[in-house]
Amino acid sequence: MVRYILRRVMYMLITLFIIATLSFFLMKLLPGSPLNAEDKLSEEQQAIVLEKYGLNDPIPVQYVNYLGGLVQGDLGISFAFSNTPVTDILMDRIGPSAQLGAQALVVGTILGVLLGLIAAISHNGFLDYTSTVIAVLGTSIPNFVFAGLLQYVFAAELEWFPVALWGSFEHSILPTIALMIFPMATAARFVRTEMVEVLGSDFITTARAKGVSEPGIVFKHGLRNALIPLVTVIGPMAVSLMTGSMVIEQIFAIPGIGEQFVNSVMVNDYPTIMGTTLMFAALFIGIILIIDLLYGLIDPRIRISGGDS
Amino acid sequence: MENKEIKDLLVPMKQKEDTSEKISSPSRTFLQDARRTFFKNKLAVVSMITLVLIIIMSFVGPGMNDHGIDDQDLSRAKLPARVPVLENISWSGFTGVLSDEFQGDTVEQATTNAISRYSNQEEFIDIEVLDEGDGSRNSAEVKATYHVYEAKDMQDQYYWLGTDTLGRDQWTRLWDGTTVSLLIAFIAAAISLLIGVAYGGIAGYYGGKVDDVLMRILEVLVGIPNLVIILLMMLVLDPGITSIVIALTITGWTGMARIVRGEVMKQKNQEYVLAARTLGQSNWKVITKHLLPNISGIIIINTMFNIPDAIFFEAFLSFIGLGITPPDASLGTLINTGFDNIMLYPYMLVFPAILISVIMIAFNLIGDGLRDAFDPKMHK
Repeated sequence: MVRYILRRVMYMLITLFIIATLSFFLMKLLPGSPLNAEDKLSEEQQAIVLEKYGLNDPIPVQYVNYLGGLVQGDLGISFAFSNTPVTDILMDRIGPSAQLGAQALVVGTILGVLLGLIAAISHNGFLDYTSTVIAVLGTSIPNFVFAGLLQYVFAAELEWFPVALWGSFEHSILPTIALMIFPMATAARFVRTEMVEVLGSDFITTARAKGVSEPGIVFKHGLRNALIPLVTVIGPMAVSLMTGSMVIEQIFAIPGIGEQFVNSVMVNDYPTIMGTTLMFAALFIGIILIIDLLYGLIDPRIRISGGDS
Repeated sequence: MENKEIKDLLVPMKQKEDTSEKISSPSRTFLQDARRTFFKNKLAVVSMITLVLIIIMSFVGPGMNDHGIDDQDLSRAKLPARVPVLENISWSGFTGVLSDEFQGDTVEQATTNAISRYSNQEEFIDIEVLDEGDGSRNSAEVKATYHVYEAKDMQDQYYWLGTDTLGRDQWTRLWDGTTVSLLIAFIAAAISLLIGVAYGGIAGYYGGKVDDVLMRILEVLVGIPNLVIILLMMLVLDPGITSIVIALTITGWTGMARIVRGEVMKQKNQEYVLAARTLGQSNWKVITKHLLPNISGIIIINTMFNIPDAIFFEAFLSFIGLGITPPDASLGTLINTGFDNIMLYPYMLVFPAILISVIMIAFNLIGDGLRDAFDPKMHK
């Protein structure tokens, strides 16, 4: 097990190294520098600015410096906000994104599991169809469409919630709902399919025959077994939360990582773009690693061996 | 007595022609079964019809009126949707009027607010008092309805879905945008399919060292989140249809390759493959003639789910400003412009948002239908 974890962490570091290298050289291909035409700098001043960013060195030296910085958690200095290290920018903005992502994931998954559970219990009944419709809509309709709908109806027309910006808990409600639709719908679909299958299996019949109460069957015997495979869809959920954070933070003007990324793209702020990309990559790879490890722990049928995973 | 009753119950069976050997229904091939199951699924069939209509409209739609995709004219910018006949039905949303509620301390003040909002075209604004107010701040409320088309002296003009901020016809742009979005999705899905099937097929069929090498490469690629790759590619490449397709296909084929490899490995040890080989079929023939048809179901299902993914990613990229650039339109760029005007001109967002949702739902339902259709357990 320890060997397996070490091997996976090694893989993870190699992947991150590849991504860092890839993004470094891709960014070098692009035009654009921290200099801009409005400042009207003399050539000496330009040289000083370039020196500050280490852009006077040959590219291999820059590359080594960049990797060296990465190891120490230094992602470089932003082009757009001069003198601000990218790490500081990201640290400033991680709060709202993390809060939003956590709220959406937790509330979405819980609601989704409940929805799937209700659907499975009333198999082929009215509630089943209703929750299936919700699940299909939730997985199909893009989250920015939901965000627009929520913003228009509940903020602009009914004025129940603030239209945008970040601050109190009320500000986070609409973005959370928009962001949680996909995890919710995915979980609902998954739990329903699994529950229908589990509830039809022999050990449930045995439990019934032994006189276990209906709630006991549904929750203790059914749900516990149906939840295990849910771990596998956390990956797609994580992706949807990341893409979602870019779009939804932009729509609701929330000062998070996603919004920073989109704004950096607009102004060609390469160090920030690279830093954000690396952070997204690290987050995603980390989540996948945790899922794989969890999966081995939860489901005893899956034995993690040193061989093929 | 009792004996008699039992005797009555036992009626001698009439001699009939031998029917025991008759087959109750004609035997069907797997594909016929699949087709039957699919067409029994009403949702999938409705989605299929909807999608065909949308595809036809995406070609025919732009030509249905004589506004071009990039006909800019600021004098007719931000016109609301107006459709003949429907314009007379006040709740249809196609009446060609703008309306909103305005507040003020008194009715007059609210009215002044309304008039100044609608370019001071007083004679074309209908005012309806909702709340007289009591003189306190923003207590009075009026509903103003602005007849834009009359005010601009364009009563004979119809912009079915209105115009955008540059005065371009939304109907034309919507269908042109749909063409672009669908085109990107279909090409990306097709290329992913080709690469994925070839890669997975080779790895699965030859196995051994080839498989080892190909799978290690794949493992590294899968480890890199596709979102990151797509974003990096979009930054480097010039924005446009080709770069979106490239960015989407670079990561899109890996899922297909894994599935195809697994299926091929399962199928290649079956007797029919052995038979074909014994009869001297070349590897290429075995793959294309025997293996591919047998795994086609899973390939089709996977592709059907790849298409809506591609549509979503295209819209997402265009939305965050990395996708299609003006004057070209895609559903993503239209939605992006719509968001900029959501409070004052919601119609700019509504139509592209509805269309992309319908397309995504349709593709997902067809995908679900196909998955059931290719599942032997669902055949009746």
